[in-house]
Amino acid sequence: MTADLRTYLAHVELPNPVLTASGCGGTGRELAQFSDVHRLGAFVTRSITMAPRAGRPTPRMAETPSGLLNAVGLQGPGVEAFLERELPWLAERGARTVVSIGGGTVTEFTALARRLAGADGITAVEINLSCPNVEDRGRVFARDGAAAAEVVASVRAATPYEVPVIAKLSPDVADVVAVARACVDGGADALAMINTPVGMSIDVDTMRPSLAAGTGGLSGPAVRPLAVRCVWQVHAALPGVPIIGMGGVSTGRDALELVLAGACAVAVGTALFHDPYACPRVLRELEELLQERGFDRLADAVGLAHRPAGAQTRSRSDLEESSL
Amino acid sequence: MAGSPVQVTGTVLTTRRVDAYHALTVVAPGIADRFRPGHFVTVAVGGRDSSLLTRRAFTIHDVKPDYGGTVELVFGVRGPGTAWLADLRARDTLDLVGPLGRPFPLPRDPCTCVLVGDEHGAAPMFALADALQQRGCRIDFVLGAPSADRVFGALRARRMGETTTLTTEDGSLGMRGKVTDVLPGVIADARADALYACGPMETLRGVTAIAVELGVPVQVAVEESMACGIGVCMTCVVPVIGDDGVTRMVRACTEGPVFRGERVRFDDVGTIPFDALGAPGGRHV
Repeated sequence: MTADLRTYLAHVELPNPVLTASGCGGTGRELAQFSDVHRLGAFVTRSITMAPRAGRPTPRMAETPSGLLNAVGLQGPGVEAFLERELPWLAERGARTVVSIGGGTVTEFTALARRLAGADGITAVEINLSCPNVEDRGRVFARDGAAAAEVVASVRAATPYEVPVIAKLSPDVADVVAVARACVDGGADALAMINTPVGMSIDVDTMRPSLAAGTGGLSGPAVRPLAVRCVWQVHAALPGVPIIGMGGVSTGRDALELVLAGACAVAVGTALFHDPYACPRVLRELEELLQERGFDRLADAVGLAHRPAGAQTRSRSDLEESSL
Repeated sequence: MAGSPVQVTGTVLTTRRVDAYHALTVVAPGIADRFRPGHFVTVAVGGRDSSLLTRRAFTIHDVKPDYGGTVELVFGVRGPGTAWLADLRARDTLDLVGPLGRPFPLPRDPCTCVLVGDEHGAAPMFALADALQQRGCRIDFVLGAPSADRVFGALRARRMGETTTLTTEDGSLGMRGKVTDVLPGVIADARADALYACGPMETLRGVTAIAVELGVPVQVAVEESMACGIGVCMTCVVPVIGDDGVTRMVRACTEGPVFRGERVRFDDVGTIPFDALGAPGGRHV
């Protein structure tokens, strides 16, 4: 018997919990060469901006132990080209599309949400709160609960009621629970965590920073413990809020770890650079692990690590031997 | 179209040293079938549970029909990833994705082509020479490197090419100097109709400048560091002028690695040109 892997982002049902992480699946066409995008739980786009963006200069990437530093700078064609060329293609292939949006001001986020509001084929909108706030000396929105909540509230107001709004949080904060709570109070239907923490590496041969931008976002298995901690803390504080867990997921075991911490869906990011088949593989491995542990439903495993020590989990053999 | 890339677990058939380089032949039928000169593959390094997350990209040196199809890669040891590859032995397995990228376009009619390979940039030039010769083209080679042990494929070039000019910066083989020092002479002697080049960015910039000056079309295969090779990571971008005259930051792995030389803004590689689409402060809305 196969486990029931359906999951919900607010009221939207996804057939399985494995998503791509924003900025790691290209436009979808690149991954479609290897596996169907409609078999993903959802395809999360790179962060779409109002105007085209050329991004940061190269080198944009540096490899670190079990990690990857990147400073791509949200390169993309802008929202008009996205709506014209990329979204219809995804819709045609039956992909559930979560559109990530990025902006420098609350007004820009709101304008983006308005522009997307009329478009067909959007399953959810994800707010990339790790964008620098140009009105606050370039500090990222995710650093500050009030700024994050303001963005979330304005995007929520501009987005049709049937489209959930997801706030993507950064681990680079003193209290991730406070920011999460502010976002939920601002109207976020779900939370995604974690965005990449900021890191840096210096090339000791050239004696210069490895990245042209100096600092960059750290991803990969190196940040997974941070992701597990953030998901754990937020799920403990806000058990009713759906969480998309991400950060260094490259196997089914990694996905299960985030699920046990409280994530109801899991996004695969940097692993896609290493293995273009990572999403279907992680899903298959997660399903096998759930079955081995006697779960009929993914939902039964969500947040299970929070149960008190010594409490018994319901196992399949208990059910089978029950006279009821 | 050469068809879409595939991911295969290939078995290493042979490993050998070629002067300063390592050559690795891997059984990978799906990739060999789809190969065109200029294509590249990416390999996962470090085995299972590797801490090296990015794939390493290598141009395909050669494909052969043995064992259903093999591909040969040539590389120098530059870091932990290539060191791991150099330690592979026959019968080890290797995770490959390919063939990737835009291959070299070939001329419709027979013509004279000069093939420039700097260091291991010479690796993809022999399969290209084969394809050109099948179309009745005359081939002239220019190969160079800092020293004799880093000139790749001199012997094969001598066998295949009408002429072969070698350069080394230390003078240990052929002419002392760089490939760009001898190139204008070779183009003039051969009355070249087309130029193909692969090597470090600085060499390609020099080759393109010569080609533009002499009015010879040039195709360059750029070497830009990549993390994925399939177009999702956006780290291998170079400023390239499009058909519409607009400069865009395009991915070397997907839109390239082969570009028309004069379209690549070599002087601006490593920057975002102010007039590129979406450049900071630009007025593109």
